[in-house]
Amino acid sequence: MQKALLIDPDKCTGCLQCEMACSFEHEGRFNPSRSRIRVFTFHHEGCFVPYACTQCADAWCLQACPVEAIVDDRTLGVKRVVDERCVGCKVCTIACPFGTINYSQASGKVIKCDLCGGDPACARACPTTAIRYTDADQTGYEKMRRWAARSITAAEATA
Amino acid sequence: MAWTGKILRVNLSEGTLVAEELNREWADQYLGQRGLATKYLVEEIAPDCDPLGPDNKLILATGPLTGTMASTGGRYSVVTKGPLTGCVACSNSGGFMGNELKNAGWDMIIVEGRSPEPVYLYIENEHAELLPADEIWGTSVWRTDEWLHNRHQDPLLRIAAVGRPAEKGCLYAAIINDLHRAAGRSGVGAVMASKNLKAVAVRGTLGVGNLKDPKRFIEAVDAAKRVLANNAVTGQGLPTYGTQVLMNVINELGALPTDNAREVQFDGAHDISGEAMHEPRPNDGKPNLVRNAGCFGCTIACGRISTIDKGHFTVSHKPEYWGASGGLEYEAAWALGADTGVDDLDALTYANFLCNEDGMDPISLGATIAAAMELTACGALAPERTGGIEFRFGSAEALVKGAEWVARGEGFGLDLALGSKRLCEKYGHPELSMTVKGQEFPAYDPRGIQGMGLTYATSNRGACHLRSYTVASEVLGIPEKTDPLTTDGKPALVKAFQDATAAVDSSGLCVFTTFAWTLEDIAPQIDAACEGDWDVDKLLTVGERIWNMERDFNLRAGIGGDEDRLPERLIKEAAKTGPAKGLVNGLDKMLPEYYELRGWSADGVPRAETRARLGLS
Repeated sequence: MQKALLIDPDKCTGCLQCEMACSFEHEGRFNPSRSRIRVFTFHHEGCFVPYACTQCADAWCLQACPVEAIVDDRTLGVKRVVDERCVGCKVCTIACPFGTINYSQASGKVIKCDLCGGDPACARACPTTAIRYTDADQTGYEKMRRWAARSITAAEATA
Repeated sequence: MAWTGKILRVNLSEGTLVAEELNREWADQYLGQRGLATKYLVEEIAPDCDPLGPDNKLILATGPLTGTMASTGGRYSVVTKGPLTGCVACSNSGGFMGNELKNAGWDMIIVEGRSPEPVYLYIENEHAELLPADEIWGTSVWRTDEWLHNRHQDPLLRIAAVGRPAEKGCLYAAIINDLHRAAGRSGVGAVMASKNLKAVAVRGTLGVGNLKDPKRFIEAVDAAKRVLANNAVTGQGLPTYGTQVLMNVINELGALPTDNAREVQFDGAHDISGEAMHEPRPNDGKPNLVRNAGCFGCTIACGRISTIDKGHFTVSHKPEYWGASGGLEYEAAWALGADTGVDDLDALTYANFLCNEDGMDPISLGATIAAAMELTACGALAPERTGGIEFRFGSAEALVKGAEWVARGEGFGLDLALGSKRLCEKYGHPELSMTVKGQEFPAYDPRGIQGMGLTYATSNRGACHLRSYTVASEVLGIPEKTDPLTTDGKPALVKAFQDATAAVDSSGLCVFTTFAWTLEDIAPQIDAACEGDWDVDKLLTVGERIWNMERDFNLRAGIGGDEDRLPERLIKEAAKTGPAKGLVNGLDKMLPEYYELRGWSADGVPRAETRARLGLS
């Protein structure tokens, strides 16, 4: 079963534990600037929004790569960069509509979320469950449940 | 390890920027942040120097756990000789500045001298330079932040800056980072502005690593996070209500200083409480609180993000204040509210936004306005001296005008910018100043919480709750419950809290973790990260060493045991209501025992054997 990152910005406090976990997992250092997942602060609105690659089924980055350095791992449902093949041309960074694949000056390659091979460090580190790792076919389940709960309230109100 | 091992020394008079190696021997004795920066300060400045002169230094210091995944590990401290008190000043801030400095590869920045022209310090990893700040001098922190982000075309820059009050010499001007987090107390912002340094802008991409034992560190950090999550205060109370969870509690206890501490209970307490921040406003149906927020790495997230009712008189014609910003913490809500008798939550939030926008310590600001109100009440301050507005207890108009005038450095604001002690002296009533060593005391009345009297009297940076928060024990029962109405056992409690807190403040962690953590939770995290053997005993010794070093600096600066005292009101005028009715603070019963426990002489000087035991020269 494929799983996906399920992000609920309402729960995010902007602490950046996810960014540290991601960079520590991939680079061995706590370095938010090297994190594949990023948290955006909308100060004026008072919102924090984590954002990461959604692992498109038909991925722009993969299509654009001239050296086939981005591969589709169907088991995990992840598009993964093969460092040995990546030449750092950055075409994928242009192709991706969401900006979630980025060049790294340190390695001369691109980096993107690889779901940590099936156990995403960001989801483990999140203190508020704003980031969870759940069944890729059921990412709407909790939202549906919340709406379903409303019908109970409505029924109670009319009873 | 865990330290980067590098210090940036910036001499503003000479315009030089030099990288130095961190003194590792001192790091082993003073850990980092508060302790280590204070060690550098006391070694490098003359204790009698003018705090606002070029001979004073300003140190921005991280701790060894700053920038790591340890919960709350994003703190930094600003250490200097403070202009409000003349004591060593050390103000701790969260937000995202500490971790950025560490990510840029620096444990500490030491700022010396005075620039001939306004400048800001720009740091991009190992690269650092001083750039002209003419265009932002005379502007607020918010404007400065926006300008720097635009100037460098870099949304990821982290910025700490001073506002207009600091430039005008306000003695409680703060340094604000990330728009609303503050190195708030003791006027560290005034020192920064006195050096013609407007801002520090940092971008760090090097990461923080070099842990002694990464695997053990992650295990220790994870275990400690679970302790925070499962604790009622850090897991529920603080995320839901912030520190404002205390407003109703402390009011019930009869320990909420009201009307410049004439009273100990406030009728309007509920209206300005954490609970009230959740309630829908009558006008727009929205609550004051937008959400809670965490500083870097913090899994507690006590921060308040608030808005003001757009129809409120303070902002109805000022759309620039209609967005969200850092909301009221308990100390700010008390100072701007209960202490001034103002129960208008929107007015308090607006005054708090001004503190964010321009860099003012809301505790000192509120307490100074409260003092002006009492000066008015006793006829010493007429409305013609105060911009035509009567500084009457309970007047939201006086509160917001006072805050605006200090922010802009205008009119009566210049008097208010002096702080309560100098204001009350100027108008002939020094006894009305609720200060210790020149610094306004915060939101706990020592008649109702006896240990806080000794805490305020002996704090090395002037009156402060964060040096030994005995409220934890006396009110919340952490680590064990003591009776807030007696002085028994309080000297030992204060000493233990002071030493432990000094260690925590030197680590990169937030002291709020200690609602749940003891040093037993903290030591394994430091030990797994840092070179050397860090256990509880060593941390307590480091804490005690720091405390004595700070005390020693103050003594050499001419501030001795005769200033370990409280405002007369707290030891002569009994509480009129509540559980502490009839009580004054029993400082005279606690102080001699405290000195003895500290190994100090009867006049409060560390004895030779105490100094020798702690390795102080």
